[in-house]
Amino acid sequence: MGLDILSQYVVNTLMLGMIYAMVAVGFTLFFGVLDVIQFSHGDVLMLGGFTALASYLGASAAGIANPWLLLAIMLLASTAVTAALGAFVARFLVLPLKNAPPLNTLLVTLMFGLAVREAVRLFYPNGSNPKPFPRLLPDTSFTLGTLALRADSLMLLAAGLVVVVGVHLLITRTKLGLAIRAVAQDGETARVMGIDFQRVVLLTFGLGSALAAMAGVMNGLYYNEINFGLGLLLGVIGFSAAILGGLGNFLGAILGGFLFAALQTFGAVVLPMVAPAITSAYKDVFAFTMVILLMAWKPTGLIAERSSERV
Amino acid sequence: MATAFAYLWALLHAESQWAVGGLLLLAVLVMFGLRRLRWGEPLGATASASPRVLGVGCALGVLALAAAFHNVHFALLLVCTVLLYAVVCLGLNIQFGYAGVVNFAGAAFFGVGSYTAATLATHTALPHALVLLAGGAVAAAIGSLLIWPVLRTRGHYAALVTIAFGILFKSFLEVNDTLGGPQGLRIPGLNLFGWKLGDGFELAGIEISFYANYVLLSLVLCLAAFVFVRRIERSWIGLAMDMIRTDEVAAAVFGVGIARWKVLAFTFGNFLAGLAGAVYGMMTGYVAPNNFTFADSLILVSILILGGIGNPWGILPAATIVLILPEKFQFIQEYRFLLYALLVIFILLFRPDGLLPRTVRDYFPGRAPKDAA
Repeated sequence: MGLDILSQYVVNTLMLGMIYAMVAVGFTLFFGVLDVIQFSHGDVLMLGGFTALASYLGASAAGIANPWLLLAIMLLASTAVTAALGAFVARFLVLPLKNAPPLNTLLVTLMFGLAVREAVRLFYPNGSNPKPFPRLLPDTSFTLGTLALRADSLMLLAAGLVVVVGVHLLITRTKLGLAIRAVAQDGETARVMGIDFQRVVLLTFGLGSALAAMAGVMNGLYYNEINFGLGLLLGVIGFSAAILGGLGNFLGAILGGFLFAALQTFGAVVLPMVAPAITSAYKDVFAFTMVILLMAWKPTGLIAERSSERV
Repeated sequence: MATAFAYLWALLHAESQWAVGGLLLLAVLVMFGLRRLRWGEPLGATASASPRVLGVGCALGVLALAAAFHNVHFALLLVCTVLLYAVVCLGLNIQFGYAGVVNFAGAAFFGVGSYTAATLATHTALPHALVLLAGGAVAAAIGSLLIWPVLRTRGHYAALVTIAFGILFKSFLEVNDTLGGPQGLRIPGLNLFGWKLGDGFELAGIEISFYANYVLLSLVLCLAAFVFVRRIERSWIGLAMDMIRTDEVAAAVFGVGIARWKVLAFTFGNFLAGLAGAVYGMMTGYVAPNNFTFADSLILVSILILGGIGNPWGILPAATIVLILPEKFQFIQEYRFLLYALLVIFILLFRPDGLLPRTVRDYFPGRAPKDAA
């Protein structure tokens, strides 16, 4: 295998890993503050992508042609919409069921995800078909020695890195981050200390969902295509990544995201070379099988939860 | 009872959208009237006092429906589908309702049954009765592999494993060419002990659709599954499972083997799903990956939630509502996933016990509590 092909696989893996990590961080944040799994997270991401697409169409119709300005509008619109949606889910679906069995919370969010998915499929114009996503970043490529690197991939990677580091700083260095961590550690005590529990929960859900929107836009820019079913797979992958890293653990989620991407690439590239009967179409089958096996091996994830209740 | 089935007959018969709408309105009005006049309670009491009568009544009702529609393919197909989905949901009921093991891959296990039946029936000369059982057995076997990681974890992790399996299963089918890829496989009709279910026949000069055969078979299956599930619920197995669901720690303290009952519940449930899937596949004559999506698994769960989780009685009416309404109201067919998702959200928020909530366990049936008078 040539070095340039190898480097393409590496960039692709890093790119996927970045998207998965951003989704997984959302799962981990939600689990941290409320101990719930927000299964509609992937569909929130998908909605973010579609909002970005719609705002792009709207803005270009209004005569804006500067790609950077368009990108800013798209990001602003999609993060605003998904943050509001995330807060909505927390306020009206998850918090009212706080004392119900965990199964009910899980079902409510699963069903909400299905509702969002179906709503986009039915009500977005021609929503059941894949949509082309605009190519806004410069697609020049430059060579580094013998390696050809595309500028847009590198920009997306850098942007993802900035976002993830930014969220990490937000959580570890700011007062809001302190409040989030306090609620995650012990909601009751945090309330006694004068933290507005509901506000922190809503803000956390908004933050996580805004991250999902960015992941959705990144995904769209990278593949130049978006479809209504993408949320389900990305959601499950993000959740797997969060669990692989250890739920409730920020760094674990990022690690899990890159690990899952590596597994997928391995399944797509290395397996067909070893066993020709297994084509690269099996990459998801392989990745999920590995996730199930990894969970059997280390049920608490690679970096264990702080307090795990198991029988 | 008779009224309910007469109503169903009318609903299946109704051709125009307006007639269906009118019938729905009628049902809502009757429900409302029953509640206002407080006739519901004595009815419910009678029903729970004599479950056998209710069960026989249901079976007779289905037979009457089959007789009434003896040559209408589509209506009989619907009746069959409802019965088979009820079998799957009875299986899920053991998992969700009794042992508290979540399973979001119901449709995938259903599909495992169908595909097993398809492969065995086309490539081997195995008697078809065994093929059906094999469908169930393979689903149960795959399920017991899957439960292995679930046992070491709890709650969310089990959900992840089953969801991952559901998606894995569908993408596996789509890329696997020996199993037909996205187009799926054709299956020959069922042939039980020389009785060809795939052929229509004439009885006393009346032509009878071949689906009538399948209605009979599904009815027998459904009844058997129902009796089986009720027996499990009433036995000490059900008691142990209830205990595990409500409090694992307490159950373990009292010496209840958690892993054993969870595996058992999961295996039973998937066996029923696989069996129903095998029959369904052979009835429709073809299987394709698109019938076993994650959304279909969620539909199965919504039947369970709508009927009242843990109560096998709720499943039949719920399956009827969920499956027949979209077929009859064509304009909601397209929107059915959306509608059911919203419906389940509202049920969970405002009436978490479903239409027919599970009642408190009656330890001594037939004996009235002494201080009740």
